[in-house]
Amino acid sequence: MKNEITITVYTENQVGLLNRIAILFSRRKINIESLNTSPSELEGIYRFTIVVLEEEEVVRKLARQIEKQIDVLKVYFNNNDEIIWQEMALYKVPADIIAEKVKVERLLRVNGARAVVIRKDYIVFETTGQREEINNLVARLEPFGLIEFVRSARIAIIKASAGIHDQILEFEEKLPGDTLTGNEFLNKHKEVVTE
Amino acid sequence: MISPAHYADVVTPSDTLTLESGSRIVMHALLAEEVNLIFGYPGGAIMPIYDALYDFKDDLQHILVRHEQGAIHAAQGYARASGRTGVVFATSGPGATNLVTGLADAMIDSTPLVCITGQVFAHLLGTDAFQETDVINITTPVTKWNYQVTDASEMAGALARAFYIAASGRPGPVLIDITKNAQLQQTDFEGYEKCSRIRSYRPKPVIRPAYISEAAALIDRAERPLVVFGQGVMLGKAEKEFIDFIEKADLPSAWTIMGMGALPTDHPLAVGMLGMHGNYGPNLLTNQCDVLIAVGMRFDDRVTGRLDKYATQAKIIHLDIDPAEIDKNIKATVPVWGDCKETLPLLTEAIQKKSHVAWRQKFAECHVREMDKVITPEQFPAGGPITMAEVMHQLNQYTGGEAIIVTDVGQHQMVACRYAVMNQSRSNITSGGLGTMGFGLPAAIGAKFGAPHRMVIAIVGDGGIQMTIQELGTIMQTGMKVKVLILNNEYLGMVRQWQELFHDHRYSFVQMSSPDYVQVANGYHIMAASVSAREDLTPALEKMIYHDGPYLLEIKVGKENNIFPMVPTGRSVSEIVLCKEEIRPS
Ligand SMILES: Cc1cc2nc3c(=O)[nH]c(=O)nc-3n(C[C@H](O)[C@H](O)[C@H](O)COP(=O)(O)OP(=O)(O)OC[C@H]3O[C@@H](n4cnc5c(N)ncnc54)[C@H](O)[C@@H]3O)c2cc1C
Ligand SMILES: Cc1ncc(C[n+]2csc(CCOP(=O)(O)OP(=O)(O)O)c2C)c(N)n1
Ligand SMILES: [Mg+2]
Repeated sequence: MKNEITITVYTENQVGLLNRIAILFSRRKINIESLNTSPSELEGIYRFTIVVLEEEEVVRKLARQIEKQIDVLKVYFNNNDEIIWQEMALYKVPADIIAEKVKVERLLRVNGARAVVIRKDYIVFETTGQREEINNLVARLEPFGLIEFVRSARIAIIKASAGIHDQILEFEEKLPGDTLTGNEFLNKHKEVVTE
Repeated sequence: MISPAHYADVVTPSDTLTLESGSRIVMHALLAEEVNLIFGYPGGAIMPIYDALYDFKDDLQHILVRHEQGAIHAAQGYARASGRTGVVFATSGPGATNLVTGLADAMIDSTPLVCITGQVFAHLLGTDAFQETDVINITTPVTKWNYQVTDASEMAGALARAFYIAASGRPGPVLIDITKNAQLQQTDFEGYEKCSRIRSYRPKPVIRPAYISEAAALIDRAERPLVVFGQGVMLGKAEKEFIDFIEKADLPSAWTIMGMGALPTDHPLAVGMLGMHGNYGPNLLTNQCDVLIAVGMRFDDRVTGRLDKYATQAKIIHLDIDPAEIDKNIKATVPVWGDCKETLPLLTEAIQKKSHVAWRQKFAECHVREMDKVITPEQFPAGGPITMAEVMHQLNQYTGGEAIIVTDVGQHQMVACRYAVMNQSRSNITSGGLGTMGFGLPAAIGAKFGAPHRMVIAIVGDGGIQMTIQELGTIMQTGMKVKVLILNNEYLGMVRQWQELFHDHRYSFVQMSSPDYVQVANGYHIMAASVSAREDLTPALEKMIYHDGPYLLEIKVGKENNIFPMVPTGRSVSEIVLCKEEIRPS
C-alpha cells in the first residue's frame, strides 16, 4: 500500500548532491511530492526533507541507496504519525473583498492567517499548517477571487529522533559504532524471515 | 573575472610551499597512488595534463587507445586482472561522453576506476563553449562519486578522495572533471596526502557478532546447505578465506558469472555456475536446499529467475559489504553485513566441521544428466560444423586453467563461462551486469597490462568484435601479446537464439556479415588465421597459443547452435531446461 512517507536526509554541503539524490527517485519513476533543503542543527550539515507517496518497502530500499551516496551522512524515513510537520502557504487576495466581506476576514482569522503585505489593491496572507488545512482554506477562498497561491515544501521533525549530534561525533571517530550502522531492519530481522 | 591567461601567471610566493600547476599535481597524485599506467586519448581541454605527462613519461606509462570507450574498457580489464585501480584520461565533450558506457559497466560490475576528464575553462561553464558537455550530470548515475575541480587548490584533495572512494568498500568508478584553468593554474602544493577517511562515507559496515553466531547455527543445523558466491569474494580478496569456510563444513558451492574463478572450477566442492545459462544441478537444487549461503553476490535476475519462486523453502544467509544489497531482491533470514574477508573467517571459526556426502551426491547426479544431454554432445560433436563448446574444451587443454579468459557478450560468452577451466582467481573477465558488447577486445588489452605474465585470451563474437575492432590498433602499437579468438556464427547469436525460441523463429535483423578478419588483422600487422574445418581446429589453436606475439584466430562455428541449459525468462530456476523440446509454453 502506498503511504505518504517523509524521508529525512542529512548530508554534507556538496554541489550536485541534490541531483544525485533526486535521480534515485526518478530512476524508479517515483514522483517527489515535496522537497526542502535546509541547514540542520549542526553547522555545515544539511537536511533534506523529501515527501513521497510510496510503499514502505520501496522507500526502505531507496533509503539505503541514498545513504550509500558518498556525501550522505544518514537517512531516516517516517510515516506521518512519527513526525511533526508543517507547510507554509501564501495567499494573495483582492483588498476590496476583505474590506467588503467581513466573513472573509473572519475566515482568515479563524485559520490563523497573518497578513504579510497590505496594499490598496491586494493583501498577502500567510498560514502555516498541515496540507489539509491549507487545502481547505484555498477551497474556501477561491469563490472570493484568490489571485495567487503558493505552498512551500514540507518541513518535519522526527518525534523519536535525538538529532544527529551523537551520530556526527561517531562519524568523526575513526571507526563507526553501533548507532551508525543502526538500521531498523538489522534490529528487526526476525520479522522478515522468509518462511 | 580572472582571464584564462591570467590564471597561469598567478604566483603566490612562499618559503615553505612549492608552487605547482594543477596538471603537475595530477601527476604527483598518480605517482603517490602507485599508478604506473594510464589508458587515454588527448584533446583540447586536457592538453595541459598531457603536457605535464610529457615530463613524467618515464614513470607513468600512457596507452594511446583508438576510442575512449576502448580506454575505459581497457582500464576495467586492467583493474579486474590486477585488483588495482584503473586510470583513464579523456578530453571534454565527446571524449568524456565516450566514457559513459564504460562507466555504467564499471558501476554495475563494481570495478575501481579513476577517470580524469578535461573540461572547458571554469568561466565558460554553462555557455555552450566548444566541446563543453555537462559531464558531471551525465555521469552522476553511473559513478560511485564524481567531482568537478575548478581551482587547482582543490586538486590534490579531490584526487585523494577519488582514489580512496574508487577502491574502498564496494569498489566503483569515480570521475574527476578538471576545468582547463585548474589544470594551468599554479597553486601552493604541500605534497600529496592520501585519503583514508571521509566523514559521511562508511566503506565497511560494522560486523555484528550476533549475526555471525546465528548464521553459524543455521549452517550447523543444515542438512542441505548450498553456497552461492559472487564477485564479492574476489573484490574482498577473500579467496583463501572462502575455501577455508566451505571446506570446513563441506559446503557445495556454485558461482555467479562474476564470481567464477574465485574457487578453482575443479575444486571438489565446486558444483558449477548459477543462473540462466548456468549448470543444471545448482539451479535445480537451489529450490531444494535448506540453507542458502550467499557470499558477495547480489541475486541478479539472471541468477534468480523468477524471484517469488526462488529458494522459498530455504533460510537465507547473505554476506555482503553493501547494506543496500541486503533484502534488495531476496530477503535474508540472517544478514551478515561486512567485508567477507573479515566475516568469512569469523563464520568459519563459529561453524562445526561437517560432511554432506549424500547431498553433494545429488549435484553429481545432476551433472551426469547435464553431461549426457548437453555437455558431451556439445564438446564432442559427432559431425557437422565446429561448436563453441568444442573450441573451449580444446582451449582448456592448452591453458591448463591458467589463462585469463576475457569475453565479450553473447552466446560465446555463455559458452566460455560454462566450459572454461580456471585454477586461479581473476581469470574470468566479462561484462556481467551491463552486458556491453565491445567490451572484450579492449578489456583483454587492459588485462594483459594488469597481468603481463599470464596468457590473456579474448573470446569474442562476430558482432561484438566489430563494435571495438579499432582497438586492434592499440595492440599493434603496444605489441601486447593478446590472443583474440573470434567465434563467428554469422549471427548476433544470443538474440537469434531468443528469436528462434521465443519469437517463433522470426529472425529480425540478426544476420551479421563480417570482413575478412585475417586481412583486417594483417592490416594491423597482427598474425592471424581463420578455420572452419574440424581437422584444422587443433593446429590452429596450437599455433595461436604458441605464437610469441599477438594473434587473431577466427573460428567459423555452427550458425544456429543454442545455449543450453536455460532458465527461460519469467521461470523459476528449478524450471531449467536442457534442450529446446523441454521448453513448455508459458
Ligand atoms: C548475456 C548475459 C547472460 C548472463 N547470464 C548469467 C547467468 O546465467 N548466470 C550468472 O551468474 N550471471 C549471468 N550474467 C551476469 C549477471 O548479469 C550478473 O552480472 C552477475 O550474476 C552478477 O554476479 P555477482 O552478483 O556475483 O557480482 P556483482 O554484480 O559484481 O556483485 C558483487 C556483490 O558482492 C558484494 N561485495 C563486493 N565486495 C564485497 C566484499 N569485500 N565482501 C562482501 N561482499 C562484497 C557487492 O556489494 C555485490 O552485492 C549474464 C550476463 C549477460 C550479459
Ligand atoms: C552494446 C550492445 N548492444 C546490443 C546488445 C544486445 N545483444 C546481446 S548479445 C547480442 C548478440 C551478440 O552477437 P555476437 O557478438 O555475434 O555474439 P554471439 O551471441 O553470436 O556469440 C546482442 C546484440 C548488447 N548486449 N550490447
Ligand atoms: Mg555471433
